[in-house]
Amino acid sequence: MEDILKIGGKIIKNRLFIGTGKFASYAIMKRAIEVSQAEVVTVALRRVDSSAKSENILEFIPRGCTIVPNTSGARNADEAVRIARLAKASGAGNWVKIEVVQDNKYLLPDNMETLKATEILAKEGFIVLPYMSPDLSMARRLVDAGAAAVMPLGSPIGSNRGVRTKELVEIIVREIKIPVIVDAGLGAPSSACECMELGCAAVLVNTAIAIAEDPVGMAKAFSDAVRAGRLGYLSGIPEAGKDAKASSPLTGFLREDA
Amino acid sequence: MSFYNIYSQYKDFDWSAPTEYKRLVELLSPAAEAHLEEMAAIAHRTTLKYFGKTIQLYTPMYLSNYCENQCVYCGFNAKNNIARRRLNIEEVEKEARSIASTGLKHILILTGESRVMSPLSYIKDCASTLKKYFSSISIEIYPLEENEYKELVSAGVDGLTIYQEVYDETIYSLMHPAGPKKDYRFRLDAPERGARAGMRSVNIGALLGLNDWRKEVFLLVLHAKYLEDKFPDTEIGVSIPRMRPHAGDFKVPFEVSDKNMVQIILAIRLFLPRAGISVSTRENPDFRENLIPLGITRMSAGSTTRVGGHTITAEEHEDSAQFNISDRRSVAQIKALLEQKGYQPVLKDWMQL
Repeated sequence: MEDILKIGGKIIKNRLFIGTGKFASYAIMKRAIEVSQAEVVTVALRRVDSSAKSENILEFIPRGCTIVPNTSGARNADEAVRIARLAKASGAGNWVKIEVVQDNKYLLPDNMETLKATEILAKEGFIVLPYMSPDLSMARRLVDAGAAAVMPLGSPIGSNRGVRTKELVEIIVREIKIPVIVDAGLGAPSSACECMELGCAAVLVNTAIAIAEDPVGMAKAFSDAVRAGRLGYLSGIPEAGKDAKASSPLTGFLREDA
Repeated sequence: MSFYNIYSQYKDFDWSAPTEYKRLVELLSPAAEAHLEEMAAIAHRTTLKYFGKTIQLYTPMYLSNYCENQCVYCGFNAKNNIARRRLNIEEVEKEARSIASTGLKHILILTGESRVMSPLSYIKDCASTLKKYFSSISIEIYPLEENEYKELVSAGVDGLTIYQEVYDETIYSLMHPAGPKKDYRFRLDAPERGARAGMRSVNIGALLGLNDWRKEVFLLVLHAKYLEDKFPDTEIGVSIPRMRPHAGDFKVPFEVSDKNMVQIILAIRLFLPRAGISVSTRENPDFRENLIPLGITRMSAGSTTRVGGHTITAEEHEDSAQFNISDRRSVAQIKALLEQKGYQPVLKDWMQL
């Protein structure tokens, strides 16, 4: 059976989602997305200038990609809702990644305001992907509010620290039935692979690709790592133990005796 | 609690005394001059992590140069015999169209200090007009009360720029001998009032050249940190304008070298990793270019410091600029420069909600 991810009625084959901030140019960003074959791309609406002749970021996103506007800059649910509605009105579709951040130091999300915005926007028919601090109760509430997926953070945005929230993410993956997408903090392809091995549905990566010396090469590396991690997960990774387990068991002869 | 409490604690600061800001003192010290290259490498990496390979562009629009102050270093000084002018709304719209045609979406509007000639109602009217052309409007005008800032936020203003000019209170009173700007405390607390009123970004600055830059930058950075800690949802930025020649005969008392400027930018970046740092067209083109990878995040482009300077030619009112600019390049030229340096020029980074 083919391994497919379905969100908002869309079939997604590539489980690497890419964020579009911080690139040196739109041309490099475009190449990175193309080479990674990412199908879902997030864009900060605050950066979209539909009036721009040659510099509209949307023109540089490969055809066929699902564009997910995010609410970067929103400080509360009200602002997030307004940004989402502006995105929809500008023709960017009805997907939205909710980001509500009141703390510019760590860029950690405000789960309460995120929940409020999710409730409102899901009711309005948006496909809502909320960025959240990994908390099981909140993840459940977001599911009840109509989220299409939950996006717990691996570590603070842009920190490149990897999946420091592993224990909490693992619990959410185990308990939540909608897709769990780790967003933020994944600094190296190995971290993305690790998330996939845990059973996450997808990962979202931006900074690590955008500011790499070779963003295009890094995008490909992340894409491969995500694929490898997913395959590992599906293949049933054996439980890690402290003691060695011999390939030829020491007491194997007993079976022959029996 | 106001930043004045912290200022009072450090105004007669002994640089060799122990302090919780030891690292900042070290970064600004003469000894650090021997380590600028190492500082630059860290500053570069830090800036990449927080801002990526991007530089945000904006341009100033001078609305009015009527002024009641007598800032001894400023071209708009009330005693200077210059042509005074205030744009009417039609002229504001004309300037807006001209600037918007360059692709810029961030505008900084400026006035001299005159509640008679450029009252709050006038600023609000200008903001309503500018909203049609720009996605972000910042003000650099006289300090306001908190409820007045709230009115401007409602009118579509999202950014506040206000420089203390000089943190040393004694020098401040010498530099601002007359006019409402004499009130040091009212100006010092303005960024805080703006943040409380809901401004998304607050940009503070010290006018370098009026005092020992080490002391001034130390206090400027403490002020920024105070604001960052107190208003975690406000973007705090800093500017370090360096004195330029202007109308009048003010001699800059404390010269700041290029090397000093580099140390200042690096120290700010290392101590305040997420703060925006602006460099204006007061600096010359070569120097601005060299600063790009060191930690700056915002540059002005296509600048003029004359009222109506984007649409009214200089001959029509000579010698009325606030200060002379060194980098006269257009928005298109600055964009091309950034692209060539491997940086994405960001023309839009907010929207009217």
